[in-house]
Amino acid sequence: MSVLDIHGLKVAYGHGRRRAEVVHGVTLSVAEGETLGLVGESGSGKTTIGRAVLGLVAPSEGTVRAAGHEVTAGMRTAARRALARDVQVVFQDPYTSLNPALTVADTLAEPLVAQGRGRAEARAAVAELLARVRLPADAGRRYPREFSGGQRQRVAIARALALRPKLIVCDEPVSALDLSTQAVILDLLIDIQQSTGVGYLFISHDLTVVRHISHRVAVMHRGAIVESGPTRRITEHPDHPYTRRLLLASPLPDPVAQAERRSEWERVRATTSTGTLLEF
Amino acid sequence: MTEPMVPISTVPTVERAGLWRRLIGRPVASISLAVLAIWVLLAVLSPWITPYSPDATSLDATNAAPNAVNWLGGDRSGRDILSRLIAGAGDALESTLIATAVAIAIGVTAGLVAGYYGRAIDSIASWVANILIALPGVIILIALYAAVGSSTRIAMVALGVLLAPNFFRLTRGLVIGVRNELYVDAARVSGLGDARIIGRHVLSAVRAPVIVQAAFAAGVAISLQAGLAFLGLSENNKASWGAMLQEGFANLYIAPLQIVWPGLALGIVVSALVLLGNALRDTLEGARPRPRRRGESGRLRRVIDPAEEGDDALLTLSGLSVAYPTRKGTTTVVDDVSLEVRRGEIVGLVGESGSGKTQTAFSVLGLLPEEAIVTSGVLTFRTRRPRSGTVRLLGRSVAYIPQEPMSNLDPTFTIGAQLMYGIRAATGRSRAQARREALALLERVGIPDPARTFASYPHQISGGMAQRVLIAGAVASDPELLIADEPTTALDVTVQAEILALLHGLQKERDMGVLLVTHNFGVVADLCDRVVVMRQGRVVETGTTIDVFQRPRAEYTKELLGAILDVDVVRERVDSEEGRVAAAESSAAGTKGAGSR
Repeated sequence: MSVLDIHGLKVAYGHGRRRAEVVHGVTLSVAEGETLGLVGESGSGKTTIGRAVLGLVAPSEGTVRAAGHEVTAGMRTAARRALARDVQVVFQDPYTSLNPALTVADTLAEPLVAQGRGRAEARAAVAELLARVRLPADAGRRYPREFSGGQRQRVAIARALALRPKLIVCDEPVSALDLSTQAVILDLLIDIQQSTGVGYLFISHDLTVVRHISHRVAVMHRGAIVESGPTRRITEHPDHPYTRRLLLASPLPDPVAQAERRSEWERVRATTSTGTLLEF
Repeated sequence: MTEPMVPISTVPTVERAGLWRRLIGRPVASISLAVLAIWVLLAVLSPWITPYSPDATSLDATNAAPNAVNWLGGDRSGRDILSRLIAGAGDALESTLIATAVAIAIGVTAGLVAGYYGRAIDSIASWVANILIALPGVIILIALYAAVGSSTRIAMVALGVLLAPNFFRLTRGLVIGVRNELYVDAARVSGLGDARIIGRHVLSAVRAPVIVQAAFAAGVAISLQAGLAFLGLSENNKASWGAMLQEGFANLYIAPLQIVWPGLALGIVVSALVLLGNALRDTLEGARPRPRRRGESGRLRRVIDPAEEGDDALLTLSGLSVAYPTRKGTTTVVDDVSLEVRRGEIVGLVGESGSGKTQTAFSVLGLLPEEAIVTSGVLTFRTRRPRSGTVRLLGRSVAYIPQEPMSNLDPTFTIGAQLMYGIRAATGRSRAQARREALALLERVGIPDPARTFASYPHQISGGMAQRVLIAGAVASDPELLIADEPTTALDVTVQAEILALLHGLQKERDMGVLLVTHNFGVVADLCDRVVVMRQGRVVETGTTIDVFQRPRAEYTKELLGAILDVDVVRERVDSEEGRVAAAESSAAGTKGAGSR
C-alpha cells in the first residue's frame, strides 16, 4: 500500500511576469515501509516537492495524496491536524528547525498538544521519544543550544515520530552534520523504519547518502524526474547522462579509486564538452 | 541495535544565568533601574508623602529660596516645590504608561498580523504606519487639545497611536525573519493553528526587542508630555513637571532655581529610561568579549625569508596556539599546531567541526576575530619575491578562497569593478591594464562570456560562477600560497567537480602551494598530496594522502575514515511480502572499517 502518491505535480513561484515554474509535472509514489531517495542539485525542485507534500506550498497543477489525505496549501486547521497525524518532517538544518526559546520537552510535546492530548500524556510520551532516539531522559529539560548538531537532529527526529506518522519527509537530514555523525543518524532512521514501517521521502543531493538508505531512487534535474528505479540499478548503471554525470562528480574518499573516477569524469566531460560549463 | 545513549556532557553547558541576572550585573542597568523604581514609588505614594498639599499656597513661600520649611523653595503662587515635584511624578508616570501601553498594543498586534500573514494586510498596515510616521506629532497633539479640551489622558492615547509605528516596524521585521524559520514550518506540520504558532514561536522572538523599544518610547512619551505642558497645554493647576518648567521659565529672572528642579527630575528619569534600554539591548546581544589584555597578541609572529635555492619550503607554521577569552579565563581552540606547505604542493587540513582547522587557516591569514589571542607560534614564509614590507608582501603572495562565494562579493559593485580593485591594490597596474587582466582571468577560470560577467552584479550570477570569480581574484596577484577554506562546501557536486579541477589546473600551472581546509574526505582524496588531520585543536596525524587513507596511524583518523559512509553499501528491498523491508547490508555493515580498505 502506498503512503504517498504524487501525480502530475507542478509548482510555480511568483506572480505575473515573474512567475516561474520550478516543478514540471512530477509523478512518484512511496510504499509503506519504503524509502524513496529523491536526488538532485540545488534548484532542481526536490525541496519544493517535499514542501508540497507537507502542504507548505500550493501546487499549480496535479495532486498530492499522503496517507489518504488530499494535501493542499490552504488546508483548514482541522484537515491540517489530521494530516499532521500521518505526515511529518525532518528538516536539514537542526539549528533553525528547533525553536531556541523552547526546551526540548516543549518542542517534543508540541505535536501532541496540537492534537489536543493532555499534559500528562505528553510528558510521558516525551520520555519515550527521547529513549527512542537514544537521548538521555534529562535532555528534555535542556535548550537546543546545549546540544551538538547530531543531537539536535535526534530531537528533530523524535518530534517527527511523536504522532507515529505513516510518512516522514526527510529534507537533507544529514547534510549539515559531520561525516561521523551522518552514518549514525542514517542508521537510526533505518532502525526506526524497520520497527515502525514508516515510509520516507528522502531528499538529498548526496548520492552516497541516498544509496545508504533508499530502496528506490528518483533523480531530479531542472524540475523533472529524469530517471527512477531500484537503488542499485540507478546508482550503478544509470541510463540518463545527467545521472551518470552526477555519479562521476561525487568524489570517492579513496585516493586510488578517486583518481580513476576523476579521469573517467574528464573523459565524459570532454565528449559532452560544451554543455556542462554553461549549465550551472 | 545496541547503541548506547548519546552522552550530552560532551557539550559544554552554556551559561544559564538568566537575562535578569546578567542585566543587574551591569552597573548602568542597576542604577537606572533603581532610579526608575524610586520614581514609581514616589508616584504611587505621592498622595501620602508630599510634605504639604501640592496646591496649598502660603504667602511666606512665594518665590522662596530653599529653606528649612520648603526644602526646595516655593513657586510664584507660594506652593511648595518639593510637594509639586512629587505629585508631578505621578502625572508623568501615568502619562508614560498610557502612551507606551497604547503604542505597544497597537504596534505589536499590527506587526504580528502584518508580518505573519503578509500580502494585502501587510501592505495596508505598512501604508498606515508610514502615514502616521509622516504626520507631525506635536502639531497633531496641539490640534487635539484645541478640539477636545485639555485632557492629558486623551492626548497620551493619541501619542501612543503616533508612537505605534515604531513598534509596528520592529515587530513586523522580526516576524518576517522568524516566519521563514524552519521551526515555524515544523510547528505548522505538527498541526498547530496560526494563533498558537504566533503565540508560541513568533512572540518569543519579538518579546525582548519590544521591551527595549518600550524603554525608549517611554523616554519619548515623558519628554513630549512635559513639552506639551510647557506649552501650556495641560489640565489647569494639575501639578506636572512640564507645567512647573513653564512656571519656572516665566519666573527665570526672579527665582532662577525654580526651573532647575523639574528639569533635573525630567532629565534623570529620561536618562534612566534610555540607559536602561541600551543596557537591555547590550545584554540581549550577548556579552561583549573581554578585550585583550596587555601582552596578549591577536597576531601571529611572522618571519619572511627569501626562498633558498633548491629548497621548496614555502609556509612553515610552528607551535601555533590560539585561545579565546571566556568568563573564567580562556579556552584554547588551537593547541600547538605545526604544519608545512611546500611549493607546488596541496595540503589538506581536515577535521570535524570544532577541530580548529579554520582557526588555524585564519591565523595564517591574519583574519582571526578581534578577541582571539595567539598565545604562541611563528609563521615562516619563504618568498621568491624581492622584499618590500611584510603586510604588502603577504598581501600579494598569500591568497584566500572563502567558503561562501556570494557573501564575499559586494552586492553593490560589478564583478569587474571588484576584480580590478583587487588587481590594482596588489600590483599597482593602470585601469586599462587591470581591466585586460581581469577579463583574461575570467576566461582562464572557465567563465563562458567574460565580458558579460565582468559587467554583471553578484546577484546575476550563480554560486558556481561566483566561486570562479573569487578564484580569479585570488590568483590575480600571482600568489605563491593559496589558502582555501572549504571552497566547494556550498556548491553542488557537479559544480564542485568543476571547481576542484580548476583549482588543480591553476595550482599546477603556477606552481602554487595550497592549504585546503575541508571536512570532505572525497575532496582530500581528489586533490591533496598531503593531509594534516586535526581534532580538538591538535594535529593528530600528518602524512601523504595515500598513507593516511591506506595506513592511518592515529586512532582518531581510523575512526573518522571508518565513519565515512561506504559507497558500496546499497539498501534494497529484501522482504516485501509483509510489507516490511529489511536493510540488505546496511544493518550488518552500515559502515566499513578503514582497515578493510
